[in-house]
Amino acid sequence: MKTRNPVVRFGQYVALAAYLIFLGFPLLWLLSTSLKSSGEINSLAVNLIPDTFAWGNYPQALERQNLIRSAGNSLFVSVVTMVITTLISMPAAYALARFQGKLRAAGTAWILISQVFPAILLIIPLFMVLRTLQLNDTMFGLILVYVTFTLPFTLWMLQGYVAAIPRDLEEAGAMDGAKRFTVLRLIVFPLLMPGLVATAMFTFVAAWNEFFLALVLIQSPELYTLPLTLRMFIGLEGQTALGPLAAGAVLATIPSLVIFGLLQKRLTSGSLAGAVKG
Amino acid sequence: MTTLAPTSTPEPASPPGDAPGRAKRQGAASRAQRREALALVVPATLPILVFSIIPLVTGIYLGFTNSTLKRNPTNDFTGLENYQRLIGDTFFWESFRIGLIWAASVAVLTLLAALGLALLLNADLRLKGVTRVLALIPWAMPPVVVAIVWRLIYSPTAGPLNAGLGFFGIEGVNWLGDFSTALPAVIVVAVWSGIPQSTVLLLAGLQQVPTEQHEAAAVDGASALRRFWHITLPALRPVIFAITSLDFIWSFNSFGLVYVLTEGGPGGRTMLPMLFTYLEAFTNRNTGYAAAMGNVMVLAVVIVLSAYLFAQFRRGKAAQS
Repeated sequence: MKTRNPVVRFGQYVALAAYLIFLGFPLLWLLSTSLKSSGEINSLAVNLIPDTFAWGNYPQALERQNLIRSAGNSLFVSVVTMVITTLISMPAAYALARFQGKLRAAGTAWILISQVFPAILLIIPLFMVLRTLQLNDTMFGLILVYVTFTLPFTLWMLQGYVAAIPRDLEEAGAMDGAKRFTVLRLIVFPLLMPGLVATAMFTFVAAWNEFFLALVLIQSPELYTLPLTLRMFIGLEGQTALGPLAAGAVLATIPSLVIFGLLQKRLTSGSLAGAVKG
Repeated sequence: MTTLAPTSTPEPASPPGDAPGRAKRQGAASRAQRREALALVVPATLPILVFSIIPLVTGIYLGFTNSTLKRNPTNDFTGLENYQRLIGDTFFWESFRIGLIWAASVAVLTLLAALGLALLLNADLRLKGVTRVLALIPWAMPPVVVAIVWRLIYSPTAGPLNAGLGFFGIEGVNWLGDFSTALPAVIVVAVWSGIPQSTVLLLAGLQQVPTEQHEAAAVDGASALRRFWHITLPALRPVIFAITSLDFIWSFNSFGLVYVLTEGGPGGRTMLPMLFTYLEAFTNRNTGYAAAMGNVMVLAVVIVLSAYLFAQFRRGKAAQS
């Protein structure tokens, strides 16, 4: 809607500016803190632009605080979760989109129910099961749990992509005598590729950002994922570690930010909007 | 961590000529087809079964036991004992009350803020593109990072918020440490991180609002406010419904953000039910009792959700007739 009234228009810009400040300022402050020297932070001076840019916080965060190891752990867990989830959800999503009947109803019901469930209810028995299997406090155990928790959303997203592929294409393939799995491989899979990439990226972000399940399942500091290590930093607040803490927080955000940047078009078109939530 | 908005993905449309085909499939081809479907579904069903459904059932059972993680673990069936104890547990009900206030505030405030932003972004303004991209950043941040950012902002000594207030001669507050401000402070953080997602969904909804209706109404002299109330808002209702119900549930069940911000403090003022249950299960190691809490939470969410669904359903029907 185009408004020509200049007063209304002015009001709109003021409101937009207020939103920009509310949404953007915390990020600027994080960046600014990550570039302040410990001296400046301890002097309690409150300025947005640091007096001197202390780039040293970044290498310091990396070397002093096990950040590299936990980033490696996070990367490993996220990538493996992403690969496994994508591989097993692809055929299931296809079945969910194409076959009617009880299976589809059950699948859809589970996807919806899993959204309502507090993770705490599952994690108590899961913790006990994994402990019995001696899989608690292991990367493998964490990955298994991540795969299970990301599956419902992945299935839902992928079946949407499958449904968007015209059936006629498959039927044409089947006419020519191709078996279902050949049709899948040669016709459905290539068409599904963009959807698969997007879904995989979301799975990666979900695993990369996850905190609660890791907190319960991982106890050994050498197995900490990035969010766990960052939380440990907070204990150091008030000492001189605020700069490195902020630097670490910035670094932890970069992978998700890059992926969101790549998926930006899709996000703003709203088709995948429910993807990631704390 | 894994979530979806059911409205945001297109329903798989079955082509109009599908019905006879389906009937045929249920006949001769059905057995082979069922086997095929099974083969496709098993790899995904297995982990869901083992790591979701079985724990889910176990969790419900655990609520009726005195199971612990202590050195001499017990696991006896104790019937309704946990629930009897829970009824008298004032700390649990206090956390429950806090959880409801928190979830309702977050859901409503996020909706209002996101609606405002979506309307602005939908209007023909400059800076729109920049805002859209910038607004996505809080969404991409790990919840732990969001908590860290806001701890910096709220810091009573070196935080920019108190410094800004000081500029206007207002005395600073220990936002996360003060009994009266802690809950509102964490609600603001949740709203901040929830705005992007809701805005995107509302923007998508706004694209569906027919412009002709707006133009016709404008020609007839309807004010912008009236047009918003009578045309835009009804068209957005399904999106608004989805956003608020999901935000409510997600917030009620959320953990990481508040855990890192306040650990439930000060004095339990931000002790959300999830935090309370987590501490009971993994700090006090009373897993049976904690499982009972979890069961009560699920029940509560289901009740609230069904009431809301029912109300929406009736409104939808009333609107149709």
